[in-house]
Amino acid sequence: MTQAEIKLCSLLLQEHFGEIVEKIGVHLIRTGSQPLRVIAHDTRTSPDQVKKALCVLIQHNLVTYQVHRRGTVEYEAQCSRVLRMLRYPRYIYTAKTLYSDTGELIVEELLLNGKMTMSALVKRVADRLTETMEGTDGKTMDYAEVSSTFVRLADTHFVQRCPLVSPTENSEPGPPQPAPTLVINENDMYLVPKLSLIGKGKRRRSSEDDATGEPKAKRLKHSTDNKEPIPDDGIYWQANLDRFHQHFRDQAIVSAVANRMDQTSSEIVRTMLRMSEITTPSGAPFTQPLSSNEIFRSLPTGYNISKQVLDQYLTLLADDPLEFVGKSGDSGGGMYVINLHKVLGSLATATLESVVQERFGSRCARIFRLVLQKKHLEQKQVEDFAMIPAKEAKDMLYKMLSENFMLLQEIPKTPDHAPSRTFYLYTVNILSAARMLLHRCYKSVANLIERRQFETKENKRLLEKSQRVEAIIASMQATGAEEAQLQEIEEMITAPERQQIETLKRNVNKLDASEIQVDETIFLLESYIESNTKRQ
Amino acid sequence: MAGNKGRGRAAYTFNIEAVGFSRGERLPDVVLKPPPLFPDTDYKPVPLKTGEGEDYMLALKQELRETVKRMPYFIETPEEKQDIERYSKRYMKVYKEEWIPDWRRLPREMMPRKKFKKAGPKSKKVNDTGKDTSLTNTADVLKKIEELEKRGDGEKSDEENEEKEGSKEKSKEDEEEEEDDAAEQEEYDEEEQEEENDYINSYFDNGDDFIVDSDDNMDEATY
Repeated sequence: MTQAEIKLCSLLLQEHFGEIVEKIGVHLIRTGSQPLRVIAHDTRTSPDQVKKALCVLIQHNLVTYQVHRRGTVEYEAQCSRVLRMLRYPRYIYTAKTLYSDTGELIVEELLLNGKMTMSALVKRVADRLTETMEGTDGKTMDYAEVSSTFVRLADTHFVQRCPLVSPTENSEPGPPQPAPTLVINENDMYLVPKLSLIGKGKRRRSSEDDATGEPKAKRLKHSTDNKEPIPDDGIYWQANLDRFHQHFRDQAIVSAVANRMDQTSSEIVRTMLRMSEITTPSGAPFTQPLSSNEIFRSLPTGYNISKQVLDQYLTLLADDPLEFVGKSGDSGGGMYVINLHKVLGSLATATLESVVQERFGSRCARIFRLVLQKKHLEQKQVEDFAMIPAKEAKDMLYKMLSENFMLLQEIPKTPDHAPSRTFYLYTVNILSAARMLLHRCYKSVANLIERRQFETKENKRLLEKSQRVEAIIASMQATGAEEAQLQEIEEMITAPERQQIETLKRNVNKLDASEIQVDETIFLLESYIESNTKRQ
Repeated sequence: MAGNKGRGRAAYTFNIEAVGFSRGERLPDVVLKPPPLFPDTDYKPVPLKTGEGEDYMLALKQELRETVKRMPYFIETPEEKQDIERYSKRYMKVYKEEWIPDWRRLPREMMPRKKFKKAGPKSKKVNDTGKDTSLTNTADVLKKIEELEKRGDGEKSDEENEEKEGSKEKSKEDEEEEEDDAAEQEEYDEEEQEEENDYINSYFDNGDDFIVDSDDNMDEATY
């Protein structure tokens, strides 16, 4: 865990759960797993608050617990999971593009709440959808419709069950265990419980529940006593982030193929990826082999290409030097696989190249690509091959060396390592360069967040004022005030102030957009590093 | 090493020409300060991607940021009291729905102990005000202290102070024990475990914050 990552985790936790949770979370990230009492002592926080914070973190799958030998429970932070919070908007947006508004809300609620039971989730999403359907009075969202979307999400593995509490615990004699054991049942990970959810979303127009005046606890008991036990009690669901990552990766592959060749070939690759979506585990280096006949049958119906054309395309793809698609056999008209490992490597290399190009200019990028291609080069060779004057080439090489994009390998001719009898070879190690770049990305995102917080803090007073004025205007419009009056209120914010707000909004938007886009690079680099470490 | 190279020549162990400096050329100055915080960049950054998807994600992100503040999971720090109470503050309070964690999925120690807490603040307050019940039981306390002194003969006097207060605490909990019925036995086991622990003594001594907190939400099992 590097400092940059910890810093980013701290900022993310603080924005999502407030300062107390941030304090506990960062402490756990720094120190590794610890029992409750030590956390409370070391952070100088009251145990009550530590408990609350831990509950929140566990609920959001950011902290796991484990029973230790002597019966104490130790808590451990999942740092990489904390960093995923940066990607929440992208997950939600993906759900929207795949499963429209209902899917969007389901994933959003799951991410906001960490984990939920299906019944609670469906109810909540239906309520929210109904609320947005204003205007058309009486129109409501049916529970059945939401649950069918949920089932589709589960079928495509975008949501999955949380580990269940093992039932053996209760029957055991002796004192109950200090913590429940959670077990994962691989077979029902995506099995949706049979529920008959009948009903419609309600508008929150009247809070008659609150008006009854009953104390909360009592009301709660009331509701659980009255109704039959919740049918899917204890079965919690969470968003399956790995599946989302797989989807992002597939999208990246498809667009890479489209850029390299053409639309048709990208459509073929998309079909291949879709066919092996669920059968291929997310970390596999290859997709399952698919015969060209199978691919032909699965092509989208609107796509009118003949079998011959498809075969030509597949051969073309397999012959491509980047080796995105490989031929694994000749049976069934040719078996094809997608080399996921290779693809991620190419994407990461392309990212590195473009970073070098944008940071140091195209001539540096030329040297970088040259060294990448030739593996090891001496300084003199670089100057010659790149056809760049010696002085400039030297300058560029040293710059990239000092920024850690390149490495210098010494090969001594004699055992005394005398410089005059040593070869100095420049190389590029993509893996280490990718790690370095990833680290930088974490740092940039942390900087972006800090800058954004600074900007908003600087203009806090102004923002509050504009919010208040907007609220007044809205309420006056509702009561039907005259145009002149509204004008008067609007003038409470002076022209320079308005300008300042505009600038602030623009800056914050830019910072936010940058955060999202840096995260795309983070995703690529992380996937590449992960696929590489898994292989070893 | 450098001595036997003779005067007036740079004492490098390697041939400078190999790194690209001709003989007699001035070497760059040694840099002794950190690089600037905001260095000039040679190349301007490329503009951000824009498009429908990007705009939507931006809106989502900003909306999400506001939403999480209204979720029950967002624990706010207790604000320090301001000199002037602001009128607007009253209207800025956000409504949060309560959240009841599923205790079955959490370690048992996470669960706020209801019984203990109801009894807890009472005894704590007693501790603060110092009188009332503790007076009636002074003899008890003294006896405990004596016992402890005997036990802790070898220990440093520093720790004795702590021990004394800790024992007060213990005696108070003894009282509770008498009041409490057998149903609480289970919870009590834990307490005893805690007492064996070192942390608890030091913690209860200066746990001012704790007292305040537990007063606030002593009988709420919900977060």
